[in-house]
Amino acid sequence: MRILPKTVSAGVYTGFLALLAIAPWIFSVIDEPFYLDLLSRGLILAIAALSLNLILGYGGMVSLGHAAYLGIGAYCVGIPAYYDFYNGWLHLGLTVLVSGLFALVTGAICLRTKGVYFIMITLAFSQMVYFTFVSLEEYGGDDGLVIYLRSEFPTWLSMESPVALYYWIFTVLLITLFFIHRLVHARFGRVIVGSRFNEDRMQSLGYSTYRYRLTCYVISGVICGIAGMLLGNFTSFISPEMMGWTRSGELIFMVVIGGAGTLFGPLVGTAAFVFLEEFLSYITIYWHLIFGLMLIALVLFGKGGIHGWLSAFDRKEKRG
Amino acid sequence: MDWNLLITQVLNGLQLGLLLFLLASGLTLIFGIMDFINLSHGSFYMIGAYFCGTVVSMSGSLLAGIVVGLVCTFAIGAAVEWFIARRLYRSDHLDHVLVTFGLILVFDTLVHMIWGAAGMAIRLPDVLNGQVSLGTLVLPTYRLVIITSGLLVAAILYIMVSKTRLGMLIRAGASNRTMVEALGVNINKLFLIVFAIGATMSGFAGMLIAPITEASIGMGNEIIIIAFVVVIVGGIGSIKGAFYAALIIGLMDTLGRSYLDDVLELSMPTQYAETAAPALSAMLVYILMAVVLAFRPQGLFPPAGSK
Amino acid sequence: MNQPLLEVTDLNKNFGGIIATNRLYLSVEQGQVHAVIGPNGAGKTTLISQLSGQLKPTSGRIDFEGRNITGFSTARRARAGLARSFQITSVIMPMTLLENVMLAVQGSDGHSFRFWSSVQRDSAMIDAAMKSLVEVGLDDRADRIAAQVSHGERRQLEVAMALAMGPKLLLLDEPMAGMGSEETARMVEILSGLKGDKAILLIEHDMDAVFSLADSLSVLVNGHIIATDTVEKIRNNSDVQRAYLGEEHA
Repeated sequence: MRILPKTVSAGVYTGFLALLAIAPWIFSVIDEPFYLDLLSRGLILAIAALSLNLILGYGGMVSLGHAAYLGIGAYCVGIPAYYDFYNGWLHLGLTVLVSGLFALVTGAICLRTKGVYFIMITLAFSQMVYFTFVSLEEYGGDDGLVIYLRSEFPTWLSMESPVALYYWIFTVLLITLFFIHRLVHARFGRVIVGSRFNEDRMQSLGYSTYRYRLTCYVISGVICGIAGMLLGNFTSFISPEMMGWTRSGELIFMVVIGGAGTLFGPLVGTAAFVFLEEFLSYITIYWHLIFGLMLIALVLFGKGGIHGWLSAFDRKEKRG
Repeated sequence: MDWNLLITQVLNGLQLGLLLFLLASGLTLIFGIMDFINLSHGSFYMIGAYFCGTVVSMSGSLLAGIVVGLVCTFAIGAAVEWFIARRLYRSDHLDHVLVTFGLILVFDTLVHMIWGAAGMAIRLPDVLNGQVSLGTLVLPTYRLVIITSGLLVAAILYIMVSKTRLGMLIRAGASNRTMVEALGVNINKLFLIVFAIGATMSGFAGMLIAPITEASIGMGNEIIIIAFVVVIVGGIGSIKGAFYAALIIGLMDTLGRSYLDDVLELSMPTQYAETAAPALSAMLVYILMAVVLAFRPQGLFPPAGSK
Repeated sequence: MNQPLLEVTDLNKNFGGIIATNRLYLSVEQGQVHAVIGPNGAGKTTLISQLSGQLKPTSGRIDFEGRNITGFSTARRARAGLARSFQITSVIMPMTLLENVMLAVQGSDGHSFRFWSSVQRDSAMIDAAMKSLVEVGLDDRADRIAAQVSHGERRQLEVAMALAMGPKLLLLDEPMAGMGSEETARMVEILSGLKGDKAILLIEHDMDAVFSLADSLSVLVNGHIIATDTVEKIRNNSDVQRAYLGEEHA
């Protein structure tokens, strides 16, 4: 289902990243600040998709609740800001702590299960967070919260201006990419990938796979939490809607269409999603209909033709 | 203690529980027998309500609305099975998630295009719109109708599953699919029927609730997730599990929302209790799910004979 | 003190009403090749799975190097030195043979919470993995994807993975299953090369292979071991011939 051939040279991606690095300059030359907004948002989603890809693509853990971490990260900015605490380090620290803890507790339960159960339970826990924030009237409930000031960092790290925030996001994206690249080729990553394809075998090789998968789940949650922290700063308005399960579904779409289990796949997938969203919603307010039909068609007819995102690996037998 | 309030709340919880059962019973069979994740099961809930509402507003008869609604959800459910689901039973769960996520978007948008963004109210006939008084207790007639219909469907389903040949195949399929295939049963037909009946029950639940809440876009997307929790707590593939889990969760959720603040006030200042109670009651059913998974990962009542 | 490497005491396993393992006693000495033979459905794989930890016995006790390991998880037994190969080939299909064996090496040295340095540059690990591949004669295929090599080669890979774990005891579940005669001969050759070096518990159908490899033999029928002795004596044991060999060699 992936839209890219398996081998795209590293040069193409380097060029792509270089283009992202100078994007604000380009947009200021052509005087289209709107594009900077769009790109900022796209890159935040890309970080979230990268984090999901770590567990879904590399680890085979199909989480349908990843948007919860976007929300958690955003509220880790919003709630302190509500009490006039704007210190960026506080926001960041809180995000890492809360998203990590939530991933640890829910992951410990989810990872005891497999298949259908895993998907539904991740979904259920994300809805739990969603409804919890809906019911917290103090923080706006359904209506959400306005964040009046962005997280405050030292001047050289400031995210005050749109361009500065963009470079924040871009830097986090680069770090995430590099980190995941190292991770999946390191010993830890090998265990995660091995467990995705043959967990029994990995156990008989001496791996307590549960511990490794849980660690991976927590890392993924924290990265997505940080994406949420950036999202909160970017939108300056947060509401439970950010972690609705539609968003989780969209994140899966981004990972799968770009090529799950590949380093740059989620980036490509996010680009495809943001483009579709902008383009289709420009044509019609009923763009979700087209998007939905595309999803169905992709699953039903996409695989044979473009040969499936799983073709990079052999498909693991689902029934055992 | 206000006993009348308590009884009313218990009945509300029962009502929610039975609606959940109507959703979860189909869902649990589709999971259990076909190993298919149907996120769009809640769409039938919405579609049922809209079809019913349209017929009611044209004919004025609730009964006609329900009959048409049932037929339509059955047909749409069968079509979804025929054109989409059956091609994917053997593929990855991820495919199920993507395709049924797509279906939700399609159904939600189609309803938006046909009926508009505003909700649709369904008028109840006067007979059902009144109230019944039992001593000092006054209850809306229609709530009792919902509870009775829910119990009636549960009973019919129970008889069907435990006494008929179709039911035997369904039970066998939920615990051991390979065996049913080996019996030479036309498995495609069985799957089609199970899927369509599941859709119909989901649609029926939507029709029952719509006169109270209105039919609205995406109305099924919230309750379906609680129905997932019911399926997990009850044990995948188990009708009996779905029934008990639905009642437990329905009551827990309703009573939690109305009484948790009182309970919390016993141990903390009122102002904190008033903030914490809604949040905690929103989490209650998920906490139950987590506890069940921690101690009985196969659910409370897994289908007999399954591993 | 001369203690057996593996000692199984009164092992029982029931599945529902079916008795799969019945009052089973078994021991394997250091450096010995001990074979378990028995008709289909005798409970051979069930036995191996209980030894390696995939199945929990209903009752009984398993000691390894004098330590009670009955309650250990699969992973912990593997780290303690029990390596298993599977009757139905179980490798990581999308990875190369070398990557598969490297995972086995990595699993045995127990340091996998390493997030940064690439395994592709870990020459000690690559060398250890290559050594195992050489032992089973797959070194020239190291970079092939497991899904793309022949069935016989995957069986050899299974053995290489088990070896790479540096085990004290190899549990081999029908290593010749589904192999042609040439491949079988190759496997017998590989296993003979290991003989004397490693203790092996071998489950096998192929009698010629068993007779040429094993030092001692147990006969498993209906979950119970009816005889244990040297290969020579078992061959001539009339009970065994009736219960098992008779049917096959008729």
